[in-house]
Amino acid sequence: MQFRLEPRGERAIFWVYASPALAIVLTIVTTMALFALMGAPPVKGIYTFLIAPLLGSAGISALALRATPLIMIGIGLALCYRANVWNIGADGQFTLGAIVGGGLALHFPNAPFFVLYPAVLLGGILGGMGWAAIVAVLKTRFNANEILTSLMLTYIAALLLVWLVTDPWRDPRGFGFPQSAMFSPNATTPIIIPGTTIDLGSLLAILLALALWQILGRSVLGFQLRVAGAAPRAARYAGFSNNRLIWIALMISGGLSGLAGIIEVTGPIGQLTTSVTPGYGFTAVIVAFLGRLQPIGVIFAGLLLALSYLGGDAAQIDLHLPNAVTGIFQGILLFYLLACDILILYRFKRLAPSPRPVATEALT
Amino acid sequence: MMAMGAAGRYPGATPLLHLQGIVKQFPGCRANDDVDLSIAPHEIHALLGENGAGKSTLVKIIYGVMKPDAGSIAWQGKPALIGSPAQARALGIGMVFQHFSLFEALTVTENVALGLTDKADRVGLADRIADISRRYGLPLDPARSVHDLSVGERQRIEIVRCLLQKPKLLIMDEPTSVLTPQEVFHLFATLRRLADEGCSILYISHKLEEIRALCRRATIMRLGKVVAECIPAEKSARELAELMISARLQPQSFAHSIDNQGTPRLVLDRLTIRSNQQFGTDLKDISLSIAAGEILGIAGIAGNGQSELMDALSGEIPAGRPETITLDGMPIGHDGPRDRRRRGCCFLPEERNGHGAVTSMTLAENGFLSGHVRGALQRLGLIDRRRTGEFARAIIKAFDVRTTGPEAEARSLSGGNLQKFLIGREMLQQPTLLMLNQPTWGVDAGAAAAIYEAIVALARNGAAVLIISQDLDEILMLCDRIAVIASGRVSVPIPVRDATIEQIGLQMGGTAMPDHNVKLPETRYAVSA
Repeated sequence: MQFRLEPRGERAIFWVYASPALAIVLTIVTTMALFALMGAPPVKGIYTFLIAPLLGSAGISALALRATPLIMIGIGLALCYRANVWNIGADGQFTLGAIVGGGLALHFPNAPFFVLYPAVLLGGILGGMGWAAIVAVLKTRFNANEILTSLMLTYIAALLLVWLVTDPWRDPRGFGFPQSAMFSPNATTPIIIPGTTIDLGSLLAILLALALWQILGRSVLGFQLRVAGAAPRAARYAGFSNNRLIWIALMISGGLSGLAGIIEVTGPIGQLTTSVTPGYGFTAVIVAFLGRLQPIGVIFAGLLLALSYLGGDAAQIDLHLPNAVTGIFQGILLFYLLACDILILYRFKRLAPSPRPVATEALT
Repeated sequence: MMAMGAAGRYPGATPLLHLQGIVKQFPGCRANDDVDLSIAPHEIHALLGENGAGKSTLVKIIYGVMKPDAGSIAWQGKPALIGSPAQARALGIGMVFQHFSLFEALTVTENVALGLTDKADRVGLADRIADISRRYGLPLDPARSVHDLSVGERQRIEIVRCLLQKPKLLIMDEPTSVLTPQEVFHLFATLRRLADEGCSILYISHKLEEIRALCRRATIMRLGKVVAECIPAEKSARELAELMISARLQPQSFAHSIDNQGTPRLVLDRLTIRSNQQFGTDLKDISLSIAAGEILGIAGIAGNGQSELMDALSGEIPAGRPETITLDGMPIGHDGPRDRRRRGCCFLPEERNGHGAVTSMTLAENGFLSGHVRGALQRLGLIDRRRTGEFARAIIKAFDVRTTGPEAEARSLSGGNLQKFLIGREMLQQPTLLMLNQPTWGVDAGAAAAIYEAIVALARNGAAVLIISQDLDEILMLCDRIAVIASGRVSVPIPVRDATIEQIGLQMGGTAMPDHNVKLPETRYAVSA
C-alpha cells in the first residue's frame, strides 16, 4: 500500500490544533519505548516523568517557576517568528537581562523597593534589548543572517557572565565560589500567593501573553509583522518598512527574554551564578512552535515543557535515568511536531496498489 | 490553408486520439463532465474555453498527469491507458506548457539534455537541435545560455524538445500569450508545416482570431462540458465568443477618444533604475506623462521591464531623484508606497500570490493591506474590524467575487476571482491615478469585461489610468494612447487610432530580435477559408 502527500489547497484548521496533540501522543509513546530500552518500566517511567511531578502544591509551585521564563521568552519568539525573524539567541538575551538588572541590584542594595525593583526590571529589559540590538544592526545594515549572529552571541553572553561572577562581581564573603552576593530583599521578586513560590513573574507572564495576543491579532503593528512574515513582497507593496519591523520584532523578543532573565535571578536564584539558565532560551523555541506561534498557545506549551524539566529531575532521582531525558523528550517533541504540521497543508492519499484500469470500451 | 488541405486528404481516417465520456470530479467542482474529443491525423484542433472551463484538466488527462474518473481514451483506434507523462511521450504525445521549465543559467542543449532519460540520446544532441530548428523554421543557437534568450526563443526550445521525440500529437497550451505578432506568424507557419508532415496539434487558446486563422476544427468547452464542435473559419469571432461564455457579449466600444491633453497628472522624467532581481531588466531613460481622464497602455512582451516599472511607479523601488516622478507637479520619486497612496495613487502588480495579496490571510485582511491608508481602516493603531469587513464586503459585491465572505482565506479563491477582488480593492479607493500591471491575467472574459467597464468609468470621472499589459487586444480596445516597453525602454506614446499592428509588433521585438523585418500579411493573421 502506497501513500502520497497531496496539497489541500488551504489550511486545515482542525490540524492546526490536532497536530500538536498528535505530536504529544507520539512523543509519549516514543519516550516510553526509550524508557524500556534503558531498562526502566515504561508505564511507571512515564508516570514518574509526566504525572508525579504535578501532584501536590509543591509540584504546582515548581511548575509555575519553570514555566514562567519559558512563556515569557516563548511569546516574544512567537511574535518574532511570525515576522520571519529567526531569533535563536534568546538564551543570550536572557543572560544579559540577568547581568544588567543584577548589576543594578548588586550596586544599589539599599535603595527602597519601589525604586530599586522597577529599575532592576527595566535594566533587565534593556539588557535583553541591547543584546538583540546587535543582531538587528548586523541584520539591517549588513544583511547578516540573524540565526547565526544571535546564536553566537549566546556563547559570548554566557562567558561574559562567567567572567563577571568569577572576578569583578564575585562575593567577597562567598568562600571563593564563582557567584555574586545574594540580592537585597528590595531587589527580590515578591511572592504573590503566600505559602507557595509563585511570584509576580508568573502573573506578568500571563498578562504579557494576553497583551501580545491582542497586539498580534488586532493592531496595525501586529498586522505588519504578520504580513512581513507571510509575504515579504506584499509587505513592501503595502509600504511597510522591513528594517523597522526587524527592529521591532527583535526589540520585543529581546526585551521579553531580558525580563525573563532578571525575574529568574531576582526570584528563584536570588543571585548571579555561572549559569542562570538551563537552556530556557532554546526550549522556548519549541514552546513557541508547539504553541502554534500564538501567545495563548504558548502558555499551554510553556507548561508542558516546564513539566519536562521537572520530569527529568524526577526520572533521575526515582528511576536513576540520566537527566538528558529532558532534552531527548524536548527534541522528540519538536521532531514530531514539525512532522505532524505537514498535515495542515497536505493530506495523505492512498494510492491503489496497481494502476486501476480506466473503463475502456472498444471504438467502432 | 496547408493544414486544411492536408487534413482534407484523409477524410474518413481513424482518429489519432479519441476521448469519450471523460469525467473528472474535484471536491466541489466537476472539471470535466462527459467530455468527448476527437483529433484526426494531420489536424490542427482548437480547444477553446474561458479560464476554468476545464481545458487544463482535459489536457492533463491526455498527457497522463491526471487520471479520469470515468470515460475512455483511444489512441489510433486502440484503447489506451495513459498513466503518466512518460507513457504519453512513449505513445507519441508531446506537450509545450504555458510556463516553461528551463534553467536560466544553462545553455539550450543542456536544458534539452536534462529532459532526456536515456543517456544514449545525448550523443550529437546539439547537431540534432540545430537540424530540427532549421527544418521547422525555429531559429535557435544550441550553445546560447537561456537567460540571454527572448521568451519567443525560449518557447522554441520547448517545441524543439518535443519534436526530438518525433511526436504524433503536439499539445500547445496558450502558446502565443508571450509572443510578438511577428513571432506568432512564424509559429503558425511552423505548426502548419508540422501538421502537413503528419503531426496533429491540439491548440489551446482563448484568442479567437488566432483559432480562426490556424485551426481546422474547434471543440468549445464551458463549465466542464463540451458545448459545441465547429469549423472556426466558418464562424465569426463574435459567434465563437458567445459559444464560449454563457452571457451574450455586449458590444464593447470603449474608445472614448478624448483629445484633452490637459495638465499631466503623472510625469516620468528620464526614469532609470537598476533591477533588484537577478536576470531582471534595468529601466533606461523612461519619459512619459499621463493626463487626467486618460488611459495609457504600455504593451510589451513579458520580462522586458514591466515588473520593474511597476515597482518604480508604486514606490517599492525609489527613483534616483525625487523630481524623476511627479504627481500633479509634486515630486514623489522618494516617497514610499504609503505616501503615494495618500496622494491618490492606487496600483496593483502583476503577481497576485505574495505580492498583491497574502494568500494565507483573509480577504478582509487583504483589503486592509493596501486599503488602510485611503480607506481609514485603522483607529488608534488598531485595525477597525467593522470598517475593514465592510470594505471587503463592498468589493465582493461590486465586483461579483465568488467567495464565502470577507473571512475566506485568499488562497481559497480561484486566480480570476482573487484578481477581481484585488482590482476592486484598488478601484474602490477612489484613486486619482490608477496603475495596473496585467489587469486581466487569468480572468475569464465576463469578469474581464466588468474590469474594463470599471476602468473606463474611473477614467471618465477624471482619474488617470496606466495599464501595463501583454494583451495587445486589451490595450487597443481600452486605451487612448499606447507605448511599448522593450528591454527596459519605453517608446514615445502614440494615439491608439494611429497605431498599426506592424509598427507595434516591431517595437515589441525591440532591437534584440533577429527577425523583426519580416513581411506581415495584410490582415493580422491569414485566415484559411
